Amino acid sequence: MGRKLLLEKAHVEGIRYYDVYRREGGYRSVEKALKSMTPDEVTEEVKKSGLRGRGGAGFPTGMKWSFLAKPEGVPRYLVVNADESEPGTFKDRYLMEFIPHLLIEGIIVSSYALGANTSYIYIRGEYAWIPDILEQAIAEARNNGWLGKNIMGTGYSLEIYVQRGAGAYICGEETALLESLEGKRGNPRIKPPFPAVKGLYDCPTVVNNVETIAAVVPIVNDGGEEYAKIGVGRSTGTKLMSACGNIRKPGVYEIDMTISVEEFIFSDEYCGGIANGKRLKACIPGGSSVPILPANLLLKTAKGETRYMHYESLSDGGFATGSMMGSGGFIVLDEDQCIVKHTYTLARFYRHESCGQCSPCREGTGWMEKILWNIDNGKGKMSDIDLLWDIQGKIEGNTICPLGDAAAWPVAAAIRHFRDEFEWHVKNPAECMQRNYGLAHYADPIHVPVTA
Amino acid sequence: MSDQLLKVTIDNITVEVPAGTTILQAARQIGGDVTPPAMCFYTPLKGSGGKCRTCLVEVSKGSEKDPRPMPKLVASCRTTVMDGMEVKSVTSQRVLDARAGVVELLLINHPLDCPVCDQAGECHLQDLSYEHGKAGTRYEFQRRTFKKHDLGEYIQLHMTRCILCYRCVFTADQVSGKRVHGVLDRGDHAEIATYIEKNLNNEFIGNVIDVCPVGALTDKTFRFKNRVWFTKPLYAHRDCSKCCGEVTLWMRGDEVFRVTARKDEWGEIKTSAKTGDTGWICNDCRFHNKNASDWQIEGLADISRHSVIGQGKYKGLKKPAETIEKVLDGRQPRLLMDIHSVSEVNKPEIELSTIQGPATSAVFKKKP
Ligand SMILES: Cc1cc2nc3c(=O)[nH]c(=O)nc-3n(C[C@H](O)[C@H](O)[C@H](O)COP(=O)(O)O)c2cc1C
Ligand code: SF4
Ligand code: SF4
Ligand code: FES
Repeated sequence: MGRKLLLEKAHVEGIRYYDVYRREGGYRSVEKALKSMTPDEVTEEVKKSGLRGRGGAGFPTGMKWSFLAKPEGVPRYLVVNADESEPGTFKDRYLMEFIPHLLIEGIIVSSYALGANTSYIYIRGEYAWIPDILEQAIAEARNNGWLGKNIMGTGYSLEIYVQRGAGAYICGEETALLESLEGKRGNPRIKPPFPAVKGLYDCPTVVNNVETIAAVVPIVNDGGEEYAKIGVGRSTGTKLMSACGNIRKPGVYEIDMTISVEEFIFSDEYCGGIANGKRLKACIPGGSSVPILPANLLLKTAKGETRYMHYESLSDGGFATGSMMGSGGFIVLDEDQCIVKHTYTLARFYRHESCGQCSPCREGTGWMEKILWNIDNGKGKMSDIDLLWDIQGKIEGNTICPLGDAAAWPVAAAIRHFRDEFEWHVKNPAECMQRNYGLAHYADPIHVPVTA
Repeated sequence: MSDQLLKVTIDNITVEVPAGTTILQAARQIGGDVTPPAMCFYTPLKGSGGKCRTCLVEVSKGSEKDPRPMPKLVASCRTTVMDGMEVKSVTSQRVLDARAGVVELLLINHPLDCPVCDQAGECHLQDLSYEHGKAGTRYEFQRRTFKKHDLGEYIQLHMTRCILCYRCVFTADQVSGKRVHGVLDRGDHAEIATYIEKNLNNEFIGNVIDVCPVGALTDKTFRFKNRVWFTKPLYAHRDCSKCCGEVTLWMRGDEVFRVTARKDEWGEIKTSAKTGDTGWICNDCRFHNKNASDWQIEGLADISRHSVIGQGKYKGLKKPAETIEKVLDGRQPRLLMDIHSVSEVNKPEIELSTIQGPATSAVFKKKP
């Protein structure tokens, strides 16, 4: 059994409400931080913990906090990114729905560390029922003296507001989020300046994912060093994985980043294996934007080593043979799934979600979607595969925000690893409408060249 | 620090620029091929740039202090120069590839209706595709279309031609005082529109026509009246209480076909000599003063970059050498056919070679 820090108490009856949460030890970190630590000491603990952003990029949180500009007389903000719209990712929702006070507690401690007196939770519009849960938790926290003016007589004041998005994936990108929060069109900003210098209303701002902020609670309670003892190398602490697709037990799992991918998929503690007795074909380990891997490269790295569920191991081999931890949206595909259709579905998503500001992303995503639709519907040409490869290359790295890359990578990875399946579609236009390519050789052991 | 000049080398040419200068501005100082094309950046508009990605360049050395190259290509219009920075524009294959890619992507949904577009001849997308694009397209799908929006009596919107540079949005925000149009929707279905059908008619809104790099926003009062290359650009001014009153008149014969602000060689509106600010002009000057007598004409406009319009009309023009003798091996050209003998068109037989200036309809209206 791996250690659980975030979801340990998530299923205690009534934990959603203050009394139970407090009885179970909630808000201890606020007492500890506000009464016995300076803001810098809190930041120091977060640095020591090695906590990395859980929103996708995995940037060290403590370091991000220490970049925050602190000019005199200018307010600072903490903005919690609860926009969670990456296909395959639903961990923040789980956390906010079941144990909302953990997030509120994390916000108070983090805001204290950053010197923010106002904090916003920007939540995905489709999570329509969650703002009520959060607002109730905020009200309870306030009624019990954890929010408002002069908290516990320490002189520190904080207000938390919940803001709903209007249904745009792009508003999860931190600068688009800030624009939207300011009431503007959710276009990503051109960086620099970075939010740490000019963020919300041009003031220094830290944007962090829900899970990142929640993880600050155990870090302050137990100390950064304790937290860093969990996990492997630079992948410290626990990570929430939202597992979905063709597995027996889809859901949100907290892992301590020491288990192998194979164990995560096949053990009964986690995904419980592939559903309906099917075989594993492919997997996207970290949300729709990260590269898809065929079964053989998923379970073992190109060097033939076991692949583990942590940042370094998942990205072992770079994009050629590896993937990424991303946001932890673990999507499993069995032998009956069609990679071409799957890639088309993702391309359609990115086409629909591009903000349209920069030409490569605006035009390229639409073009890729159309070509993929053709291939999927038996209307593709061989040259289309190379054309797709070329278009994704023209988008990647050339756009304002990473959505362009996020649209390019899944297409690139699908062609890189599943080219035969694309070619089969082109060569068998009638047959590909009747049946899928199947598992083919995608689970075969990979030949590892022996080097002297 | 601020008055110290920074050294930047672009394609092996070094210039010194004040701090805060962008790579694009430094490259414009050098001029020529080195200068990246810029479809969305517009110097007078705050916040513009960064969107079209045509101006991408490679920074092969970050600065003297931190010589590391930048991993990605950067938008030169939004990246400021550091001392000792080294930049590659046309000397980088990566840049050329990316640029050609952007041009191709900008064109896949463009209607290519230049023959019926009023912007043809002064369109930056035409220049861009000619200079940086490839012949032919690999796009085999239907091009995007939009529901038509009417923007009122002055401005014609052709959304299919729009490249979403946002210049007109910034202009409406920063120049016209009140913005009633903007970008609706997102991605490849984003469009310029007013949310509820509204007229764009506040006093300075005409400037959106001048900043639009393509034929998406054109002057309704000039619509289909003439091709720009048949008209002659002249600088002129009038006393105007609302704006600087310094304009370019686009004339043919004595007729003023169109009035625009004065633009520099990068297509940007020049600084007014009178006010020292950007020479935005008001709707009155642009749309309601179409008689030559309304204006004090100063002389030929001195732009030379856009050669299609430039032919025969700009100062400092180099005329191509006559080649007809060479082609004919020294023989004199001779008349093959007299048009009068086969056509009714030129009645009442005006001797074309004796006409001074362009042949306008007035010439032919002469009673026999
Ligand atoms: C298109 C796009 C969508 C994103 N969506 C989210 C999101 O829904 N939730 C999130 O936490 N981060 C999202 N991010 C990442 C954020 O920009 C940002 O990196 C993150 O919120 C930082 O928090 P962290 O350091 O705690 O991970 C997205 C990024 C991009 C480019
Ligand atoms: S990459 Fe796409 S989503 Fe991001 S700014 Fe450009 S157009 Fe918008
Ligand atoms: S209408 Fe013209 S100026 Fe406005 S965004 Fe489109 S191309 Fe740019
Ligand atoms: S001019 Fe630089 S991105 Fe458009």
